[in-house]
Amino acid sequence: MGGRRYIPIIVATLLIVAGQPVLWAIARPYYMTQITMSAYYALVVIGLCLLMGYAGQVSLGHAGFFAIGGYTSAVLTTCNLLARQNEVPITCFRSLGLLVERQDLYGQAMLCFSPWAAFVAALLLTAGIAFLIGLPVIRLKGHYLAMATLGFGLIIYRIVLGAPVFGQADGISNVPPFELFAGLEVNGRPPYRVQNYYIAWAAVLAAMLLAINLVHSRVGRALRSIHQNEEAAHSLGVNTFQYKLSTFVLSAVFAAVGGALLTHYNGSIGPSEVTVMKSVRYVSIVAVGGMANLWGALVMAIALNVLSLRGNFGTYDDAVFGMILIVIMLFAPQGLLRMPNLRWISTWFSRRSYG
Amino acid sequence: MDEAFLETKKLHRFFGGLHAVNDVSFAVRRDTITALIGPNGAGKTTLFNLIAGTIPPHGGEVHFGGRPITGWKPHAIASRGIARTFQTTKLFLQMTVLENVMVGRHPRTRSGFVAGMLNLPWTWREHAEIEAKAMAILEDLGLSQYAGQTAANLPFGRQRVVEFARALATEPTLLLLDEPAAGLNIYETQELSELILRIRDRGVTCLVVEHDMSLVMNISDDVVVLDQGQKIAEGPPRTIQRHPDVIRIYLGENHVEDPQS
Repeated sequence: MGGRRYIPIIVATLLIVAGQPVLWAIARPYYMTQITMSAYYALVVIGLCLLMGYAGQVSLGHAGFFAIGGYTSAVLTTCNLLARQNEVPITCFRSLGLLVERQDLYGQAMLCFSPWAAFVAALLLTAGIAFLIGLPVIRLKGHYLAMATLGFGLIIYRIVLGAPVFGQADGISNVPPFELFAGLEVNGRPPYRVQNYYIAWAAVLAAMLLAINLVHSRVGRALRSIHQNEEAAHSLGVNTFQYKLSTFVLSAVFAAVGGALLTHYNGSIGPSEVTVMKSVRYVSIVAVGGMANLWGALVMAIALNVLSLRGNFGTYDDAVFGMILIVIMLFAPQGLLRMPNLRWISTWFSRRSYG
Repeated sequence: MDEAFLETKKLHRFFGGLHAVNDVSFAVRRDTITALIGPNGAGKTTLFNLIAGTIPPHGGEVHFGGRPITGWKPHAIASRGIARTFQTTKLFLQMTVLENVMVGRHPRTRSGFVAGMLNLPWTWREHAEIEAKAMAILEDLGLSQYAGQTAANLPFGRQRVVEFARALATEPTLLLLDEPAAGLNIYETQELSELILRIRDRGVTCLVVEHDMSLVMNISDDVVVLDQGQKIAEGPPRTIQRHPDVIRIYLGENHVEDPQS
């Protein structure tokens, strides 16, 4: 039902497939690397768009959730359990098939968690932390919610920077590739460039599919009603607290998926992923995309992150995103595509869908 | 038949030092229209909010259909069958009229996050059902031509009726109406009173806060009078009209008839 909402997904798929030969033709295949990385950042933006644009709840802590996903994957796949392999929990994990033996850079034997086990653990841990943080915080509104989530982001940043297990200022490197299935692996080395372009886009389109379905569903309608008038929504039987909390957790999990996959792709993660400016960046991308506009957010996430990753903003990288946020809030709080003279683009692009 | 459908027992609510609702006990009989009247600041809306769960009481109990609902959250109370409208209409202004009413189907439907994200086939049937029921309610209230319009674009009087439609979509057995005639002209008020009577005749008990005395006296079966947080009178409209305390708070001391004369 509602087949029309899937037309943009088909269009996007065609553009993505067409993009690959175009990049070869203009002799810029390495652009694929930045596009792949941007796609993983886009996962954070898609989740945040659900939270901010639809449920109407702001979060300035999403870099924190991205980091929890990334660092959990990194720690679990790089910690060497060989010395403790006879201890009870380790033998249990091993018999459950959660551990793999591999060699580090210098050929030393290592016993680590498999990327799949680490990935699942990263998502569960992120969901758990988002739930515990959300429980008190999601009751707050407006500026107070923004400040509380900002505080959460700062705490995660300081923990990452201070704790030796997270590599402090160096972060964690030598994170192994993530072998998915059928020979596909999340791996940033040049020979894997093309397949990773498609793996990242598959993840993004899957996330878009889930998000678009959600906003068109009964839950999506309830979320929009909370955004527009929380008291009325509550009086009509919408459990506003539960819906806001669930969306908060869901968007944190989207961020964690992005964080975990990008960490495997880059082979490392560092504290620069956890700074408050990263959270501001995600918020500004959702804002410039049009708040309640998943496709706008996705397009902006790819465009701005590719420019940023290619160094086009130079030393003004963070300043650019701060400026974007200020300008959007001042002149186009409904997002660029909702400005009167540009509205035809969004109506042409998304028709009668809310996506 | 005469047993209480909704009953409050010794309800209390403070706002700082103000005793906004003070020891209020009253009952609403099933299938009747009960009006709640009183001067500004008498505590009518506070009492409404206590019944609807918007704010918790500081003392006392609320019973609905013979069971306690004291301290329940609004969404749980809505699921139990109490719907409400607001003194100033609270529509979802950026949504269409149809979508507004579809949100009202929320407590009678069940697809959640996972079913929604996966767009599972059984949710399609539910969606079609939600849409059909919402459309039927709009048709019933003469709003079907507005279905696709953004709620914010409707004239004020129509917005009121959309709020009614939205509340009715939850299939309530008790409808709380907070000053439904406020801001309506005389013709709209007339339509409104017919609508409320129609709703009552379909088995929805109504509790109405209202300032428009002609509306109150025309449609209500029972009247409860509040003043300064306390209940001062309760009874059928004809009795209330002649009740000395009611005349005193509305018109002043001098207008109370001397029983001797």
